[in-house]
Amino acid sequence: MSGESNSFVRKEMISERIPPAAERGLFKWVRENLFSSVFNTIMTFVSLWFIYSIVVAAAPWFLNGIWDAKTIRECYDLLDGKSGACFAVLNERFPQLIYGFKYPSSEYWRPNLASILLLFALAPILFRKLPRRLLAFSAVYPFLAFWLIWGGSILTSVSAFLGCVIAIVCYRRFSSRSFAIAVLISLIAANVWWIIGGYIVDLNDSVLALKDVPSRDLGGFMLNLLLGTIAVCLSIPLGIALALGRQSGMPIIKWICVFFIEFIRGVPLITLLFVANVILAFFFPPGTSLDLILRVLIMMTFFNAAYIAEVVRGGLAALSKGQYEAADSIGLDYTQSMRFIILPQALKISIPGIVNVSVGMLKDTTLVSIISMFDLVGMIRGPILSSTDWNGVYWELFGAAAAIFFVICFSVSKYSQWLERQLETDRR
Amino acid sequence: MNTSDLARRDKFQFSMLLNDKRYRSYTFQFFALFILICAMAYLGKNLLENLAAAGLNISYSFLGEPSGYDINQRLIEYNSQSTHLRASIVGVLNTLLVAFLGCIAATFFGVTAGILRLSNNWIVAKLMMIYVEIFRNVPVLIWILIIHSVFLAFLPQPKAFRGENPEATMLWDAFAFTGRGFYIPKPVFNDGSLIVIITFILSIIGVFAFRYYARQKLYSEGKLLETRWTSVGIFFIPTILIYFALGNPIALEYPELKGFNFKGGIHARGSLISLWFALSIYTGAFIAEVVRAGIQSVDNGQSEAAGALGMRPNFIMNLVILPQALRVIIPPLISFYLNITKNSSLALAVGYMDITGTLGGITLNQTGRAIEAVLLLMLFYLVISLSISAIMNVYNRSIMLKER
Repeated sequence: MSGESNSFVRKEMISERIPPAAERGLFKWVRENLFSSVFNTIMTFVSLWFIYSIVVAAAPWFLNGIWDAKTIRECYDLLDGKSGACFAVLNERFPQLIYGFKYPSSEYWRPNLASILLLFALAPILFRKLPRRLLAFSAVYPFLAFWLIWGGSILTSVSAFLGCVIAIVCYRRFSSRSFAIAVLISLIAANVWWIIGGYIVDLNDSVLALKDVPSRDLGGFMLNLLLGTIAVCLSIPLGIALALGRQSGMPIIKWICVFFIEFIRGVPLITLLFVANVILAFFFPPGTSLDLILRVLIMMTFFNAAYIAEVVRGGLAALSKGQYEAADSIGLDYTQSMRFIILPQALKISIPGIVNVSVGMLKDTTLVSIISMFDLVGMIRGPILSSTDWNGVYWELFGAAAAIFFVICFSVSKYSQWLERQLETDRR
Repeated sequence: MNTSDLARRDKFQFSMLLNDKRYRSYTFQFFALFILICAMAYLGKNLLENLAAAGLNISYSFLGEPSGYDINQRLIEYNSQSTHLRASIVGVLNTLLVAFLGCIAATFFGVTAGILRLSNNWIVAKLMMIYVEIFRNVPVLIWILIIHSVFLAFLPQPKAFRGENPEATMLWDAFAFTGRGFYIPKPVFNDGSLIVIITFILSIIGVFAFRYYARQKLYSEGKLLETRWTSVGIFFIPTILIYFALGNPIALEYPELKGFNFKGGIHARGSLISLWFALSIYTGAFIAEVVRAGIQSVDNGQSEAAGALGMRPNFIMNLVILPQALRVIIPPLISFYLNITKNSSLALAVGYMDITGTLGGITLNQTGRAIEAVLLLMLFYLVISLSISAIMNVYNRSIMLKER
């Protein structure tokens, strides 16, 4: 080639030179991200000043924090005029914050065990890579948790569980004939079993019996978690049913659902809690008394279900009409097309929304403190702040409550973002 | 399939109620309605029996009775001799007041934080992310309580403003921020103030009319009129001239320290201020996310295309980016406004007397009319929610992409 003979043609590549000092490494990053313009520079300094002033105010408060004291006066004596937190209240009142002030202290292991098992029960639902067989434990868990937290004989839980099993077996057995008949038969079978089971339980109420803890003795963060978890679990199926009802072509069903959803979404949760507190009892047969937690749970489930229904409706509306038509054209009936074609796609779209609504529900469980139930916030505002020992320790207590909620809600929302990426099968 | 087959198929048989898709929905709806009516009747019967057993009835006459309690933060005249109905109206106005103020402040916080989160300044973007995450993930009730105690703890008491060398001073001798609330100047309307207000309203209309005229001129003759400074002129000059011509009809009444407390001016109670601030900063975190998503939803190509047409940056923002971003932003924004209104019912926690505090709180407890009071309370919130969502539906229809 001619190139070989030309002496001015370079034979080998020169290795690339490193960029000038101003264009690389930390210096470049700082210049581009913090001082790219006059306005940016001002913003950077304002932010730095803001962070500095917070750190200056908060650091001594944290570092001087007293962890061991009996009363707030002892705290002040130990601090001796310095700025400092009185974390001792968290230490001393820890059981009250977590379990409420009436839960028998000898039984704290039961809610502890229940919450640890909750993690195991949730794991196979949250992470689809775990073996599917673990779902069996998730199915047993609600009954187990009921026994652990409320106590009583284990037979109550076992009988309730067996009733559900019988219902599912009956449904499986008859679902090939007709959906309606199968549901009817399984409902009847389960109820028959529960009546029989009730008698058996009444006869032997001491089998593996734990100490009874009445609902009104539950409190603290345990109550928030309990209300949140149960309301969310119950409201997801109800919400899906409401969303399907609202989308259905049957006018009566549709209007019942629309009325329910719009009514619940139109009023604040606190008014529904008022209903649970003072009105709901009027609607039960005279002489029955449903305890407050159950009434609050009913209202919270309705509340959350209405919001979930709107999220799921969004998911259903986002599917193209072709999906519905395709399901019809291959001869699937309504139940089948919903189960195999529509809902899997619609729910996938609605997962972030459902998680947001559910996190909101967990946060809203603090509202029960307004109807004088002693959840975490209720414990702080009631027994702890009004006691002479700890009157005036606002920051530490509310800070701790905020921290607990933050950790849980933040991790749940991070999980939902992760799940969204996992389920993204169409656009990788 | 011949005609006789078809005829046989169409003849109604009883089993078709369950097995034929055309009739099954009627069966199903009939049963649903039947169950609903039965449930309603059952609940109604229980209600009547329970009421009879407790010796109660349903009556709204309590609304006409004197309430016997005082409300310290109020927009209209009210004293403890006023009726429960008037107490409820005071509560309604208080709810609307805090909701209105909250919406404005939350929009401000949210839009600022949402735009700053997209800033190319790393530290500012991170700070805004921390703000959004911290406020979104902690219950609003806890924020209200925290902010209420912050106000109580950090703001000076009115007595700190006293003496030769006070610990705290008023801002411009007009604003006092104390732990008992904020004191701000109050406008006093003297004779002739009506004329000033009318002039002001007319000049606002004038600004819009001028802008409309300028746009027509631009479209019909292609002539670009100077609008900015002319608008400012129309907005301010007539009002200021009339104001001085009439000899300052609108004066300000400044709050003054008398004894241990401030007198005069408008007194916004600490409970109102902390509720307002807490609701707006909490909701602002949610709005920030919506604003961010709205701005990010506009494709980069849009602003590049507008730039290629030779538009200037502020035109690109106003004519290309914002109209498309607002379509994404406004519907959730309005539902957050609704949320502020509903969350303002948490006023109960800080003792601000909104409708939940008056009608659902003290009135309910004094009269024992739980069913009536809670029903009225729900009705009030329902009316607000449904009217706002009706407006939102109209708006959504107007901004829907027209091509579909």
